[in-house]
Amino acid sequence: MSTAVQEPTLEPSVLRVSALTKRYGGHSSWLSRLTSGPSVALKALDGIDLHLRPGEVLALVGESGSGKSTLAKILVGSATPTSGEVSVAGQPAPARRDKESSRRVQMVFQDPYSSLNPRITVGKMLSELLLLHRIVPRSEVRAESVRLLNLVGLEEDVLGAYPSQFSGGQRQRLAIARALAVRPDVLIADEPVSALDVSVQATILELFATLRSELGLSILFIAHNLAVVQHLADRVAVMYLGRIVEVAETSALFSAPRHPYTRALIDSIPRMTETSVNDGFELDGEPPSPYDVPAGCRFHPRCPLASEVCRENDPPLLTVGRAHESACLKADELADIPVPNAPQEHA
Amino acid sequence: MTTVAVATATRAMRRPARSRSLRAWYRNGTLMAGLVIVGLLVLAAVLAPWLTPYDPIQQDLAHALESPSSAHWLGTDKYGRDILTRLLYGARVDLRIGFLAVLIPFVIGSVLGALAGYFGGWFDTLVMRVVDVFFAFPFYVLVIALVFILGAGESSIYLAIAAVSWVSYAKIMRGELLVAKKQDYVVAARLGGMSHTRILVRHIGPNVLSQALIYAMSDIVMDILAIVTLGYLGLGIAPPTAEWGSMILDGQEFITTQWLQATIPGLAVVVTSLGLSLLGDGLSDQLSPERRK
Repeated sequence: MSTAVQEPTLEPSVLRVSALTKRYGGHSSWLSRLTSGPSVALKALDGIDLHLRPGEVLALVGESGSGKSTLAKILVGSATPTSGEVSVAGQPAPARRDKESSRRVQMVFQDPYSSLNPRITVGKMLSELLLLHRIVPRSEVRAESVRLLNLVGLEEDVLGAYPSQFSGGQRQRLAIARALAVRPDVLIADEPVSALDVSVQATILELFATLRSELGLSILFIAHNLAVVQHLADRVAVMYLGRIVEVAETSALFSAPRHPYTRALIDSIPRMTETSVNDGFELDGEPPSPYDVPAGCRFHPRCPLASEVCRENDPPLLTVGRAHESACLKADELADIPVPNAPQEHA
Repeated sequence: MTTVAVATATRAMRRPARSRSLRAWYRNGTLMAGLVIVGLLVLAAVLAPWLTPYDPIQQDLAHALESPSSAHWLGTDKYGRDILTRLLYGARVDLRIGFLAVLIPFVIGSVLGALAGYFGGWFDTLVMRVVDVFFAFPFYVLVIALVFILGAGESSIYLAIAAVSWVSYAKIMRGELLVAKKQDYVVAARLGGMSHTRILVRHIGPNVLSQALIYAMSDIVMDILAIVTLGYLGLGIAPPTAEWGSMILDGQEFITTQWLQATIPGLAVVVTSLGLSLLGDGLSDQLSPERRK
């Protein structure tokens, strides 16, 4: 077990994704090929390899349009990949999930308002799932529902209440309770705090941390903001235009990022203590359109280190350190540029 | 099995009394006005035999075309029949057909539209093209043509109206489903391993049915107008059965001398339509999702 780090394929993983791609658009039939112009396909995901260890919180970070949500949809089975494979607890997950395979991967959504059915009470919401999956015998459904509510910091007396009677943060707690009700192997949290007030964000992040340590829950935590995951995640994967460009343990990623995009994201975290960072890594403008991904390294048009070699070669994700991977041709050069001021406590 | 003590546990909230939502219904003036008008009309129709001493069909030529009096509050028609009596018995026919005629298209149209919107694909295409075909014809042209083909009578009216008006329900429900099926709570239900049937019936149904229900209120108005129009054209319920449309037809030849003859049943149609419209408006206020927030 201790040598497993040397051989990544032997590492136990509760969720594994290999060579996953997802294309949208492009002509599907000869008729549409005749009637409209040349095919334009959007590559939302372009070869994703990722694994989640049991009991780990892996953060997936990237700008809007980087493919985070598409990946989440494929992981829970509500979208099908164009190619590649997803396996849950060592077994390949079918693209069309049945009752049992959908149970294993549950999701907490970004918007706690549309994710709860306005016509169903908390008690009914939980008992329906508990009975459907025979999690507990009928006589224990109520006790189990109360246990779930306590787990997310709510009390028994909300069982008869409708979602409209709760605030955003409480709704997110209910959504988490629902996801936990079926005892999943993996919890996918798709930007679960970005729709909440900042003060509430912290309490929900704390809840995720508690659930991980108390239940040993494996969580894939999606965020568009590195600051949010700094204290929660064990590892961080950074996505850019449908690819993973850097994966590392959280502390390593923040102290010594090996991809200029990660570096830019770290620099963009607002800090109260210092004057703003100005070391040339700031991001200019919007990411390029995923319809028209730049040739060579997909980050080169926005990269301060870009040179001729970056315009011509598409770098693969390579190991650059202990459990640290980066898809940058200048990863070693970057290692010599210190992070000006490592982000302070920020949560 | 340990209970996690979350340090920042949000205090659980009390469940407000159920009566609060009920009071909102009472406070809705439009809804209450509509309910009162429609309620009185239904009551009058049901109690017709006890509200009037006269027979709606029995002729009494000695008292034909009388003006309103204490014996005949709204006068008599050309066969000496009490107009108030015929109005009350007419309500029985027109309201019954109006309400019943809505049921079949409501069910068929809602189910087809919901399935088309939820599943999409070839079924959606098929249903919506058929809907387009029916939509291409004006309502009355199609109803009149169908009743003409099927022959006058109550059952042909039901069939004709059902064949024409299911398309509106299908369109409404398809639109509702296209929105609803993308809601995260539906995705969550799928992740919960629930079947499509369960999701449609238990999870989406209660959230989208109100729109079809609201439309049904105005559709009853349309149907009653259609029945009255058919009666006026002589394609509706066969005489001597009392019916508002045929009463207008009978009365119009005396419009210069006895204008009440045609005006009274016309007013009855107006009041009924008003009541149902108010009811529909009130319901839509009460059931709209914005209000539930």
